[in-house]
Amino acid sequence: MSGGVIKSGITLAAIAAICTLLVAATFQLTAERIAANEQAWLERSLEPALSGVIFEGSVTGSKLEIPPPHDLPGNDTAMIYRVFAEDAPVAALFAVTARDGYAGPIRILVGIGVDGTVTGIRIVDHRETPGLGDRIDQSRSDWVYQFDGRSLADPVEARWLLEVDGGEFDQLTGASVTPRAVINAIRDTLIYFDAHRDEIFLLPASEEQL
Amino acid sequence: MTTGGFLERMHTGLWRENPGLVQLLGLCPLLAVTSTFVNGLGLGIATLVVLTCSNILVSATRRWIRQDIRIPIYVLIIASLVTCIELIFKAWFPALDRSLGIFIPLIVTNCAIVARAEIFASRNTVAASFFDGLGMGAGFAVLLMAIGFIRELIGKGSIFADLDMLLGGEPVRGLVLVDGGWLLAILPPGAFFSLALAVALKNHFDRKRDAARRATMPGSARRTGPTT
Repeated sequence: MSGGVIKSGITLAAIAAICTLLVAATFQLTAERIAANEQAWLERSLEPALSGVIFEGSVTGSKLEIPPPHDLPGNDTAMIYRVFAEDAPVAALFAVTARDGYAGPIRILVGIGVDGTVTGIRIVDHRETPGLGDRIDQSRSDWVYQFDGRSLADPVEARWLLEVDGGEFDQLTGASVTPRAVINAIRDTLIYFDAHRDEIFLLPASEEQL
Repeated sequence: MTTGGFLERMHTGLWRENPGLVQLLGLCPLLAVTSTFVNGLGLGIATLVVLTCSNILVSATRRWIRQDIRIPIYVLIIASLVTCIELIFKAWFPALDRSLGIFIPLIVTNCAIVARAEIFASRNTVAASFFDGLGMGAGFAVLLMAIGFIRELIGKGSIFADLDMLLGGEPVRGLVLVDGGWLLAILPPGAFFSLALAVALKNHFDRKRDAARRATMPGSARRTGPTT
């Protein structure tokens, strides 16, 4: 009886060890490629929100992590990627999260030029309804492009709303919660940028975490 | 294992006991990822590889595994294989990995895999289990691709869109027949309708074949159709 238990235990331990070895070997073989892929994907996904911005180096070179609590949308650590040309700041890219989407959080990239105008908005991740709310996604419609070149002065802060709410921006038929959440997030990011502009570009880059 | 045995296993997996159509196993990933053909193909290949490898490993170790600890061992083997597959997808097919998301790690919970380990691999030779894994995996993959194809065609009006996620290279828009389609097909109800249609079609063909067989062989009392 107890001999059986011990035998079972040894078999299980042996198989667990072999399986762990297998996973560890695969991890070793793929780790480098996976890290390179993720870096490339991040760069590729960040650049579109900086349309028309000429900068030096990579987007991820000067990352700033803002731990909560902060005044940016979302309550997790916010990322700010700063880009420079000839050592002068040209734009900042905010990776923020709108918590009030229709189906979970919406992750948004907000690119803001040093003068406070939007250089581009990209929706990174969302779970909005296909065909309705998902038209905020740049691959589904041109909706996000209407923010390009806008700023807190154009329109004034109080008009950063959907047309249906008395604002200036186009709505999406059949979806109101989703675009509202996105507009609020963009507006709050612009307000944050306005209040912290100098500070953002002066802070040293956050340490790369491995 | 003879060629006949191989064909027999393939026929069983692809048609007679198709894990999706007959055993109705692994329906969660089947319904969830089949919004496009390429998603179906990707998850189909991943499931096929995991199923074949797990069948081989379970069959190879069947003599040392005591009856009372076999389930934890199946889980260990399957979970390790899935983790490896996930890492491989992340390294070589990052776009597809992003598109399939949580459903790659969730292959662990695909009951078709543990079912084959328990029903087949633990009682048969390595070769037979290998063929069984191939057949069952192919049956599941073909069903995923078929449903993905239909839902993409009706829901988005395109054929083979985003194949670059699997093949790499330039983005493939696929063959776009109409811009936009009947949305319902890519929403969850479309998945249920498509699967129901596929099961009904299979039953229809089986019944027709049985009827034809009875007509040509009067008096034959042979039992046909699925045995489970």
